[in-house]
Amino acid sequence: MVELYWLQGAVPETTKPSPEMPPWKETAVVGKRVPRVDGYDRVSGSAVYPRDILLPDMLHAAILRCPHAHAKVKKIDVSAAEKMPGVRAILTAQSPGADIPWFPRRDKPSTSIFDQHLRCEGDEVAAVAADTLLQAQDALKAIKVQYEELPFVLSVEEALKEGAPVLHEGGNRVAPPAVYERGDLKKGLSEADAVVERTYTTACEIHVPMEVHGSVAKWDGNRLTVWDSTQGVFAVHETVAEALKIPMANVRVIGHYMGGGFGSKLECGKYTIIAALLAKVTARPVKLFLTREETFTMTGNRPPNKMSVRLGAKKDGTLTAIEFLSTGTGGAYPASATTSFMATDLYLCPNVKSSDENVFTNAGRARPFRAPGFPQCAWALEQAMDELAARLGMDPVELRLKNIPKTSQRRGNQPYTSTGLADCLREGAKAFGWNEARARKKPDGPVKKGFGVAASLWGYAGGPPSTVIVKLFSDGSVNLNMGAADIGTGTKTFMSMIVSEELGVPLEKIQIEHADTGTTQYTAPSGGSKTVPSDGPAARAAAWEVKKKLLALAAEEMKLPVEELMLSGAEIVSTKDSTKKLAVKAVKGLERQQVLVGVGTRGPNPEGKIVTPFAVHFAEVEVDERTGEVRVTRLVAAQDSGRPMNRLTYDCQVFGGLVMGIGLARTEERVLDRQTGKMVNANWHDYKIPTALDVPVDQKVVAVDPGDTECNATGAKGIGEPATIATAAAIANAVADAVGVRVVDSPITPIRMSQLFRERQKKG
Amino acid sequence: MDDHPCKHGDGCTCHSGVSRRGFLGSITTAAAGIAASGTLTAAPAPPPEKAQPDEPVKLQLSVNGRTHKVLVEPRWTLLYVLRDQLGLTGTKPGCERGECGACTVLIDGVARYSCLTLALEAKGKEVTTIEGLMKGEELGATQRAFVEEDGYQCGYCTPGQVMAAEGLLRVNPRPSMEEIRHGMSGNLCRCGAYVHIFKSVEKAAVLSASEKR
Repeated sequence: MVELYWLQGAVPETTKPSPEMPPWKETAVVGKRVPRVDGYDRVSGSAVYPRDILLPDMLHAAILRCPHAHAKVKKIDVSAAEKMPGVRAILTAQSPGADIPWFPRRDKPSTSIFDQHLRCEGDEVAAVAADTLLQAQDALKAIKVQYEELPFVLSVEEALKEGAPVLHEGGNRVAPPAVYERGDLKKGLSEADAVVERTYTTACEIHVPMEVHGSVAKWDGNRLTVWDSTQGVFAVHETVAEALKIPMANVRVIGHYMGGGFGSKLECGKYTIIAALLAKVTARPVKLFLTREETFTMTGNRPPNKMSVRLGAKKDGTLTAIEFLSTGTGGAYPASATTSFMATDLYLCPNVKSSDENVFTNAGRARPFRAPGFPQCAWALEQAMDELAARLGMDPVELRLKNIPKTSQRRGNQPYTSTGLADCLREGAKAFGWNEARARKKPDGPVKKGFGVAASLWGYAGGPPSTVIVKLFSDGSVNLNMGAADIGTGTKTFMSMIVSEELGVPLEKIQIEHADTGTTQYTAPSGGSKTVPSDGPAARAAAWEVKKKLLALAAEEMKLPVEELMLSGAEIVSTKDSTKKLAVKAVKGLERQQVLVGVGTRGPNPEGKIVTPFAVHFAEVEVDERTGEVRVTRLVAAQDSGRPMNRLTYDCQVFGGLVMGIGLARTEERVLDRQTGKMVNANWHDYKIPTALDVPVDQKVVAVDPGDTECNATGAKGIGEPATIATAAAIANAVADAVGVRVVDSPITPIRMSQLFRERQKKG
Repeated sequence: MDDHPCKHGDGCTCHSGVSRRGFLGSITTAAAGIAASGTLTAAPAPPPEKAQPDEPVKLQLSVNGRTHKVLVEPRWTLLYVLRDQLGLTGTKPGCERGECGACTVLIDGVARYSCLTLALEAKGKEVTTIEGLMKGEELGATQRAFVEEDGYQCGYCTPGQVMAAEGLLRVNPRPSMEEIRHGMSGNLCRCGAYVHIFKSVEKAAVLSASEKR
């Protein structure tokens, strides 16, 4: 398994395995195209997002942040700010109770909520609560801070130089380089008929979900309620309790709706703790949401990486060697910047070496960003594969088909429960019209078309723990109780569909309670494509248990053996004699108890096997040789994520992944000013995410379902991350196909293309 | 600006006089002054009364067919008044600087960013928010289309997308795909649901047409 560093080894013990449930064969609900069960709320404006919470007497808070890349607080004076109208409380490092270690669940290096050593632009200096947000923001400007500015480092190279400014005790290396080896790389390279070698970089990307990060905190005596825009209420729950040193039972975190996260909302933010502290001292509810600018610098990013790739292959395309050396920086505080995993596992190859190096720099800390490390890896590895195919005179699809593994070589050669990689390549190529496209004649005009392909896998497919409760009411309607957030992936809908599949209850008769630590059960945050494969089986198990109880009651009343009975919609029917039936509502035992409760847990993953989703993306681009502009005109995504739960939202999520890939390939780049160390494009005008005009209308999803009966009780492997990993690389390969220029640095901007064209011209 | 328009006394470093919102507030009132004085060459009118950024002003605001009498600070945006004063939280703040379109509403039937519109600018105009597209408890045609075509993911940009679509269809009831893409290009969706958003707008055109029939 890929190290899911946001879980930090804190995964609770595996819950007991769920009852054996046979794999679904024909499904009545699961896999169909079903509009979301909460669609009404989302389009009517009645869905209450955390940002929308309005409580009586509520105060509004704002955070004063460090304007320098590296500094120390020498003196802070809040006396003028305190006198400003509407100001109710100001917090600084000196405030009683504000000296809270951060991150509470990590040992080293240690920092605190208002650390006086400020290691990047945006580090927290003080916070104000006032009657209105504008008053709070006005007061921030009246706080006088004397900073001692320190020299800073922005790049890996600078950070590792002798005498470089040090961010943390122990130096700028987060950890020693992580090296992985199998076979003999040297031997592999010497056996190769063709070797390609190149260094690639990916720019730093920012998540910027539409709803900014933030919380509302409200105390009732010593009990705290937090509304948080989060992917995981239980992660926030645990951190808040630990930071404030109060029992978990006294903290309730609610996250019913949330406006996007993409990994940046998997963990508790300092803002949540600050809101709670301000609410405590003012004895009033406090709302603290960041500004859009703050989300660019202080809520995580996809770290910038530099990757050197060397591939060796025989004439027939058999890979003999893969070397993948990666460096990156997770910013000013511990965060992963590794990329190499996929390079060591996607293709069959006996001789492999990889290394990952991660250093501290004076920039915003990274957080997991949709398939952390994988799109970067694909950018390098899959472009190298493309170059290798050209060198060998092979079709890029054929080269990949030549090297399909049946086992996870990185994970002890354990077999996959299923691999649809080859089918994704074949079926995707067919849907795209790959052979026809590549065989075409290139036009003479200045706008050149090109076609590219890239493959991928994702290193996680869910697991325990997850607990879901299903209640059947006496009238046959159902309550579904689950801890998972619906981060826009349609969780509420597919979980209801799973229950509906098992119990035959229509979706409109299922009520959902979710993402509330006070009323629902533990599950890990919704990230890493884990929600379907982790929580789906638990939902099925809960419904299964309810069904078992119901059939047992019915068997008694119908005086038939329970094995003979099945649940069919609103009735229990004998499989031997269909005239023998009993309406669910008429089951006396149910009427007496009023409710049947089923508790479902997620059992462990299959022993000795690896569950992995795969995907292959195809891109068509147009490159204007006069301007360097690249337009993505067509995309096909062939996804093996096992069984799709809801084909409508499945497609939507894949489209979203493709669009994010377009962002990585074409437009997204955090720009740090070398003079000041500050981010100069911390807004959507200067940091470009794809708009309606940047994405092709022609996007197609091919769902490759290998019929995995072993992965878990739903047959699904997760779709969120696999939908975005290969896209950017496929686009880069299409650009290379169009104009014969290899773009090694993301994003592929017109300026970059123009420079490459000029170089090409010079070389002749 | 050297003179501080705020009333917080000496030593106050409050920048309310030069903050972006304050600045916008003062140019609005200044522009109103010019407009009121007729031509610029006319005899100098008495200096227009300058509203302070944090000094409330009476405003009648017509939202979704209802008239609200509210006291607003001149620097308050329409977005802020809709959400924090009137409790209409369907309209979402995304960037509060006119980049994302999450806060799109209709002003006199035209799609506008409510974060770049001061509440005072909406005086005498009809504002329609996502809540105003409802027909009682029933969804309007454009809203229904977004549900049926799954034109969203997290749903946070959705009210803005729906209002932009509604604004587009009121001007152009049968848009082509290119017109849809351009019409929706002022609304960001970080989840990237654009393909389904395009389909939703197409469907909305059909549903709206059949409703009018």
